[in-house]
Amino acid sequence: MKNLKFLVIGIVFGIILSKSEAVSWYRIYEMFKFQSFHMYGIIGSAVTISAVFMYFFKSGKIKDYLGNQINIKEKKKGFIRTLVGGTLFGLGWALAGACPAPVFVLIGHGILPMVIVLLGALLGTFIYGLLSKKLPH
Amino acid sequence: MDFILQPWPWYVSGPFISIILFLFFYFGKNFGVSTNLETMCTMAGAGKISDYFKKDWKERDWAIVFLVGLLIGGYIAINYLSATPGIDLNPTTVNELAELGFADAGKAYVPSEIYSIENMLTLKGFAILLVAGILIGFGTRYADGCTSGHAITGLSSFQLPSLIAVIGFFVGGLIMIWVLFPLIFG
Repeated sequence: MKNLKFLVIGIVFGIILSKSEAVSWYRIYEMFKFQSFHMYGIIGSAVTISAVFMYFFKSGKIKDYLGNQINIKEKKKGFIRTLVGGTLFGLGWALAGACPAPVFVLIGHGILPMVIVLLGALLGTFIYGLLSKKLPH
Repeated sequence: MDFILQPWPWYVSGPFISIILFLFFYFGKNFGVSTNLETMCTMAGAGKISDYFKKDWKERDWAIVFLVGLLIGGYIAINYLSATPGIDLNPTTVNELAELGFADAGKAYVPSEIYSIENMLTLKGFAILLVAGILIGFGTRYADGCTSGHAITGLSSFQLPSLIAVIGFFVGGLIMIWVLFPLIFG
């Protein structure tokens, strides 16, 4: 099964996010209160090491598993969409104490009410799809 | 083995996350979780109502497998790899949360004041969960990414939209915690 590797990656990522406590509502609260270095350390070190990987991807020194050049998808440009969209997501991130990956990991923890957050996230995604052509970007 | 059972420090967790990013790109995919919400909408038939979702979700079947992995990973971590369920919070945080009405802060991953079944069954409790989700779903599609796609992938590849988005994440998070929390929970 060709997708088996993504199952394994998902399992490992779920374990990392749990053991790092990045899935904890309290850690997100603490981060936005600037009362702990923990989350800044996680995100900062992840970005720093990823930047090294990105350098090797872009320069072609590391190819993908088929030997092809690795392309990093460009993010959609637009000041309004990124700032307003980002702010709305930030409100939800702080309230739920979870971003999309932790929502799934915490359902795996057996936290049933997180299913409501997931349904809300799907609803929010759907609303965006309906309105996308009318929104300023 | 004891090391695995204890909470992992940031300097272990952060580098591990970048290895996950590496594996995504190595296997020919971009690292980003929120796009999967869109894929799930497409699978549920949202394309019948909005053209935005008229996509072939089978091209992203690997991503659904990844999500199943996240569920399993969470299950394994909490049931087999955790010696203590508590979060070692800053005592100031614990005191502040107590004043907001959150007792026993850090005794579990999430507060029972938001994530208990009883709370979910109240109108206010249900609304908090649903609205938080809607903000996450709508915000990530509008911004074109979440923590993985913007904060990790976008920042590490020096993309300006991601820097603006992450500033937005913090504007929203700070407004929620500093301004809205006392109104919602106080």
